[in-house]
Amino acid sequence: MTKQQWEGFRPGAWQETIDVRGFIQANYTPYEGDERFLAPATERTQNLMKKLENLFALEREFGGVLDIDTQTVTSLLNYKPGYLDRENEIIVGLQTDKPLKRGVNPFGGLRMTRDACRAYGYELSRKVEDEFLYRTTHNDGVFRVYNEETRAARHCGLITGLPDAYGRGRIIGDYRRVALYGVDRLIEEKRKDKREKGRGVMDVDAIRLQEELFQQINFLGKLKEMAQMYGFDISEPAQNAREAVQWLYFGYLGAIKEQNGAAMSLGRVSTFLDIYFERDLRAGILDETGVQEILDDFVMKLRMARHLRTPDYNELFGGDPMWITESVGGMGEDGRTLVTKSSYRILHTLYNLGSSPEPNLTVLWSSALPEPFKRYCARVSCETDAIQYENDDLMRPRFGDDYGIACCVSAMRLGKEMQFFGARANLAKMLLMALNGGRDEVKNMQVGPEHEPYQGEYLDYDKVMELLDIYRPWLAGMYANTMNVIHYMHDKYAYEKTQMALHDTDVHRYMSFGAAGLSVLADSLSAIKYARVRCIRDEQTGLITDFEVEGEYPAFGNDDDRVDSIAREQVELFLAELKKHPLYRDAEHTLSILTITSNVVYGKKTGSTPDGRKAGEPFAPGANPMHGREKNGALAALNSVAKLPYDACRDGISNTFSIVPQALGGTEEERVDNLVSLLDGYFAQMAHHLNVNVLNRETLMDAYEHPDKYPNLTIRVSGYAVNFHKLTREQQREVISRTFHEAM
Amino acid sequence: MAAVGRIHSIQSLGAVDGPGLRCTLFLQGCPLRCAYCHNPDTWNFTGGAEYTPEQAAAKALRFRPYFGKKGGVTTTGGEPLAQPEFVAELFSLLHREGVHTALDTSGICDLSRAEEVLRCTDLVLADLKFLTAENYHTYCGADFERVLDFLALTERMSVPLWIRHVVVPGLTDGEQHIRQVAQAARRYSNLQKIELLPFRKLCLEKYRALGIPFPLEDTPEMGGEALERLRQLIK
Repeated sequence: MTKQQWEGFRPGAWQETIDVRGFIQANYTPYEGDERFLAPATERTQNLMKKLENLFALEREFGGVLDIDTQTVTSLLNYKPGYLDRENEIIVGLQTDKPLKRGVNPFGGLRMTRDACRAYGYELSRKVEDEFLYRTTHNDGVFRVYNEETRAARHCGLITGLPDAYGRGRIIGDYRRVALYGVDRLIEEKRKDKREKGRGVMDVDAIRLQEELFQQINFLGKLKEMAQMYGFDISEPAQNAREAVQWLYFGYLGAIKEQNGAAMSLGRVSTFLDIYFERDLRAGILDETGVQEILDDFVMKLRMARHLRTPDYNELFGGDPMWITESVGGMGEDGRTLVTKSSYRILHTLYNLGSSPEPNLTVLWSSALPEPFKRYCARVSCETDAIQYENDDLMRPRFGDDYGIACCVSAMRLGKEMQFFGARANLAKMLLMALNGGRDEVKNMQVGPEHEPYQGEYLDYDKVMELLDIYRPWLAGMYANTMNVIHYMHDKYAYEKTQMALHDTDVHRYMSFGAAGLSVLADSLSAIKYARVRCIRDEQTGLITDFEVEGEYPAFGNDDDRVDSIAREQVELFLAELKKHPLYRDAEHTLSILTITSNVVYGKKTGSTPDGRKAGEPFAPGANPMHGREKNGALAALNSVAKLPYDACRDGISNTFSIVPQALGGTEEERVDNLVSLLDGYFAQMAHHLNVNVLNRETLMDAYEHPDKYPNLTIRVSGYAVNFHKLTREQQREVISRTFHEAM
Repeated sequence: MAAVGRIHSIQSLGAVDGPGLRCTLFLQGCPLRCAYCHNPDTWNFTGGAEYTPEQAAAKALRFRPYFGKKGGVTTTGGEPLAQPEFVAELFSLLHREGVHTALDTSGICDLSRAEEVLRCTDLVLADLKFLTAENYHTYCGADFERVLDFLALTERMSVPLWIRHVVVPGLTDGEQHIRQVAQAARRYSNLQKIELLPFRKLCLEKYRALGIPFPLEDTPEMGGEALERLRQLIK
């Protein structure tokens, strides 16, 4: 098949089947040079950005939400077209009819929507309430089925952050397909699949798939209509670079109009788009300034994406992030780098438009990346604190060279794999529950199976391990059950038709479990093994609620195998237990060590732990060592985290690293050099992820006292970046108290 | 028998003592008592933890993936040349592994023992604290001649040399003085770089905790701009 829109592209099998990777491999131009070609923001871009900055300021003044349309349920066709500045925009399309105005999306849960409206001084309209009177939401479905165990475990915070009242997200539509093939072709392929799949036995799976395909086709039609409202016909492939960006963005826009998933990631678009830019540059249709201007405009649109969340949700995740994760760089399976000029251009938007947490720019690091690109990334890190790094050499053998990152650290093949997001279980609480015979140490309620509580004054390592061997399997089983319920109901009542239409019909599914409090658990077990830990029991309840540590113990984060091996063992044991439970739609079990900012809330809900951490104190984020326990400097801390086995944590191992500039090197050039060495060294040990902050604690303290002075201060927290001012006061204090590596 | 060394602490990410990313070993014990010393906790010779050269090398080599083309291992302290056998063995082990070694020293040492260390040292970071015997005696409590003898030895053995100098407001921040430091440094044919380091008071807490008075407690920290001017002066 050939199309006139494909003129100038190298032909291949990608024309016959939906094969974006094949198209990229046949057509992209690796770039090994440096950043000197980049163009500054045009006057038009600057003016538009100024306008947007004013809206952001207004939104802040209004308490975080500028406006809510309480009358209209968000979907692809429910709003009139909206613009930031119709005459001057290059890429168009807003979620609602006005910039930063939020729609309501009650499909996940009606009460959540109602509460979110109220929190900002609005009332969900009678109209929407009536529309949902006879409609089951995802949240309704889940709570019809949750058993007592799940309810109790949720209530005490043993499992938290579950996507049972909002969209699960973490699904990446392959938005590039819209640009490359046009929507008509995608519909045609889906119709073909529907016919073929409809020929066999009509069992539960086949029936569900038939209905899903019906919905996918239906929503591809709506996607076309949505574009039509903006005056574009996306039934055919994109003709030029501007159209390619516009088509792709329409795909993404359709997804975020339909779904309010926690993480709505973008995928891996810059190298794909580069092919279109190169074609237009060759044809003289665009110059570098023009190319950058299109990308700047596109990124501005991404920065305007919003969902309506409750304050509870914001407290958990630190503001209202979208995790519009864009994966940049990496290497191809054939050894050529996937870095193109557009990899630089997308990072350069941090300068042209100013630093920002969104889109969540994620560099896929490989030891083989071109040296100038490594240095450029390090420079961007030092100057903006806005990017994160993930190990391409680790992921490529497992996910190929056309994977993207959903949310923070979750890799998946684009258009071929999806995941069922599962938030996380609190491993520190699991330990306390095991000591207390299944009772929660804070709420004094029976949560797990009843068992004799730990007897004796001092904790004995072997006895504690025996108790964990009882409660770990129970937790894993309960957690797997809960996840099965959630995702069954999400498919049933809030299926992601737009995004799944941009996947192959046969997709591989992961079910991504998570663990929080790993370093607390590892240090607690280390304290029990290498120091002496005395139990302190509450006189009234008899529960073990506090501990006294006598002596020293090796703490996670010092490159000490005695404790690092405990951390390793604990994640492997947890995954092994999870794997014993069959999952909804035969999903593959994966595990992440990621907390996002919920480490603060988890800590709040967890009693004192045997490592010496007191009740209510925050956990370390992700897989980080506990604050202040690293005694041998930053690299030792990195080495400890690097020992966690990725194959037991295929959904990602998040590590956040903060260093004061002076400790990274005396001059800017030294800092760049040293950061490159640091990333090379960390990832050479097959570590997975690193957030990098190069900043002074004083800056954060000043921002804490005078938030108005730092409206754009961006910091990396755990798999993503946030505006410092959007964190709760408590989260801000926690970030300030984290270890800043500052040895000089 | 292998010489056992006393190590105060290991800083796995050192980016300011020698080129690139370095694992920095702070050795325990120092014969000097410099007025502006920022590590008073490394002075006495009895503290710290004992390591054999093999153990110390194994520890440092854990960070080898980060060293890149420029980095390596730095010994500082304390005074590493106060434990010459240990440092010599450690450096020779690291050399066998192809790791770059740097010695951060005052130069106050037993010259005959230092030679052994310098044989497997890739870079000397020598702190040229003062320029006169009188000042050296007053502010560091040692004999300046020995420093000059050590520097001459590094030159004879052609070990690359960085001369460092801590700039203390009101004490060592005079333009004339800084020019003289540069002049003195440039006499050595093995000189590669002169580093002016700002006087800072991050160590104040350590002094308080140890109950030792900090002689320069009332001296202000060295400002970045003023330091930059001095750096330009000797460029």
